[in-house]
Amino acid sequence: MYDVRCTMYDVRCTMYDVRCTMYDVRCTMYESYIINNQTMTIQEIENQLVGEFASVDDWLDKYDLILDMGKSLPPIDPKYKTDKYIISGCQSKVWLFAEYREGKVYFMADSDAIITKGIVSMLVSVLSGQTPDAIQSAELNFIDRIGLKEHLSPTRSNGLASMVKQMKLYAMVFKMKG
Amino acid sequence: MSLNISDIRSDFPILSQTIYKRPLIYFDNAATTQKPIQVIRAISDYYEHDNCNIHRGVHYLSVKATEAFEEARREIREFINAPSTHEVVFTKGASESLNLVAASFGKKFLLPGDEVITTIMEHHSNFVPWQLICEEKGAVLRVATILPDGELDLENLYSLISERTKIIALTHVSNVLGTVNPIKEIIAYAHKQGIPVLVDGAQGVSHLKVDVTDLGCDFYCFSGHKMYGPMGIGVLYGKEKWLEEMPPYQSGGEMVKDVTIEKTTFNELPFKFEAGTPNVEGVMGLRAAVKYLKDLGMDEIRAYEDKLLQRAVSSLSAIGGVRFFGEAPGKASLVSFLIGDIHPFDAGTIIDKMGIAVRTGHHCAQPLIDHFGIPGTVRASFAFYNTADEIDRLAEAVARVKTMFK
Repeated sequence: MYDVRCTMYDVRCTMYDVRCTMYDVRCTMYESYIINNQTMTIQEIENQLVGEFASVDDWLDKYDLILDMGKSLPPIDPKYKTDKYIISGCQSKVWLFAEYREGKVYFMADSDAIITKGIVSMLVSVLSGQTPDAIQSAELNFIDRIGLKEHLSPTRSNGLASMVKQMKLYAMVFKMKG
Repeated sequence: MSLNISDIRSDFPILSQTIYKRPLIYFDNAATTQKPIQVIRAISDYYEHDNCNIHRGVHYLSVKATEAFEEARREIREFINAPSTHEVVFTKGASESLNLVAASFGKKFLLPGDEVITTIMEHHSNFVPWQLICEEKGAVLRVATILPDGELDLENLYSLISERTKIIALTHVSNVLGTVNPIKEIIAYAHKQGIPVLVDGAQGVSHLKVDVTDLGCDFYCFSGHKMYGPMGIGVLYGKEKWLEEMPPYQSGGEMVKDVTIEKTTFNELPFKFEAGTPNVEGVMGLRAAVKYLKDLGMDEIRAYEDKLLQRAVSSLSAIGGVRFFGEAPGKASLVSFLIGDIHPFDAGTIIDKMGIAVRTGHHCAQPLIDHFGIPGTVRASFAFYNTADEIDRLAEAVARVKTMFK
C-alpha cells in the first residue's frame, strides 16, 4: 500500500514510521518503513558484520557495537508485538513477523532486551530481503565468527535460537505457498 | 572469633581462576555454592577407598560404607537438631523433598475442598508441587502476599487460615528477596490451630543456624549443593508422626520390609522414603560440608555475610538509579535489583563480561516477579568466601552497565 521507492538510497518503504538500519536513513517524506532492496548476498552481509567486529578487541566494546545495532533496529509495528508473534525465551522476549513479496522474505523483529535486540538486528539485516532458498540454506556462521555463539545456544534461553528456526520456517512456508 | 577469609578462599579451588582475563567473582551462591576441597576429597576418597552398595552386604566394604552413611545421617541430625535420625530422610535435593511431602502428605490428608496455604515469595519448587496436588485432589491453593519491603504480610497469611487448611508451606528465606520469614512465630500460630507447617530451607541452612526442634516445624527441606555440598543430595526432615502416616513416595529396593506376590510391607523410617541405592557419594560430600560449616560457625558466617550485604547495599545505592527488591529488616545476604529500566538480561550479560557471575531473570519465582510487574531482576547472592573488594567490583560493573545503556 505504501510501497514506494526511495531512489537516492535505492530502498523501498512499505510501512509507517520506522528506519532502515542498513542505510541508517529515515524516509521522511512518507515516514515509512524502508526495506532494503537487498542486492548483497547473505554471505556478503555476514562478512561485512564480521569485519565490523574484527576491529574491536575488548568484549565490552563489542557489546557497545551490539547495543548500537539494537538501538538502530526499526521498531516493530505494535500490532505484531503480541503473543501471536512472540518467541519466548526464559529471560528476554523476541517478537518476529515476516512478509513475502516478489520472491523475497522481509523480516521485522524486536526484543525487550537491548543486547538480544542487537543480535536480532544482525539476523534481520542478514536474512531480510533474501529468497526463501537462500534463507533456508544460510548457515549463519557470522555469529560464531564474531564470538557470539553462546547467544544462539538453545540453553541461553533468550529466544534467539528459536528465532532463527522461526525465520527459516517462515522461508519454508512462503516457498511452499509460492 | 572472626573468619579468616583468605584461608577460607584457599579451600575453594574454583575461586582462583580468571575468566575473560579477569579474576572470577562468584555471586551466584543462591543458585549453588562452590565446594571446598574437603567436600571434593570426601567424594573422591569414598570412591577410592570405600565404594560399596550400602545396607545390603555383610562384607567389609559394605559394612564400612553403611556405617559412614549412617554416621553422616547422625551428624546432619545434630546439625539441624532433629530429635531423631529416623526423621532425617536423604533425597535428591530440596525440590525432591518438597515434591515428596506434597505428593505423599497430599495423597493421605487432602480432600476435595481442603486448603493449602503457601506464599507469593516461594521458589517454584515449593509452589508447583502444591498446585499439582491441589488440582489432583480438588483442593484449593491459597497464596499469602508480601508487604512493599518484601516482608511476608503476616496479617494476610493468618487471614487465609480456615478450618479447611491442611498445611502451610513456606520458605525460610526468599531466594529473590532475601527475606527471612519469622517461621517460628508462624509455626506457633499455625500449631495453635492444629495446622502443620512445612519450611523450604533451601536458602536457610547455608546462612542461618537452623534448629528444627526449636522452630517446631513439621517438615524442613534443603539441598546439599546450596550449602557447599554436592549436587544431587538433599534432606527432608519430617516429624515422625507425619512420616509414619504418609504413604511411600517411590518404591524399589531398600524401602521394603517384605515383598510377596500378594503384598508388600514397608521398611521403617527413614528407609521407607529412600527407595533404591542412595547417593552415597553425595551423602559423604554433604557430611564434609556440614563439618566445614560447623567448624566456621553459623553465627560467624551470618555476621560476616551481613557485612557484605551492608556494603553491597550502600555501594550500589551510591550509583544512583538502582532499584532494590526486598529490603526486609534482617534479610539474608543477597541483593536483587534493577538498574533503572535496563533489562536484567542486558545487565547480567555485561556484568558477566566483567568476570562477575550474577543470576538474572525470574529466579524460578515467577509469581513474585509478576507481583512486582518486572521482567526479572539481577541477583547477587553472597557467601562467606566473598570479599568487600569483590563487592566494590560489582558496584563498578553496575556503574558501567548504567553508562552503557543510558
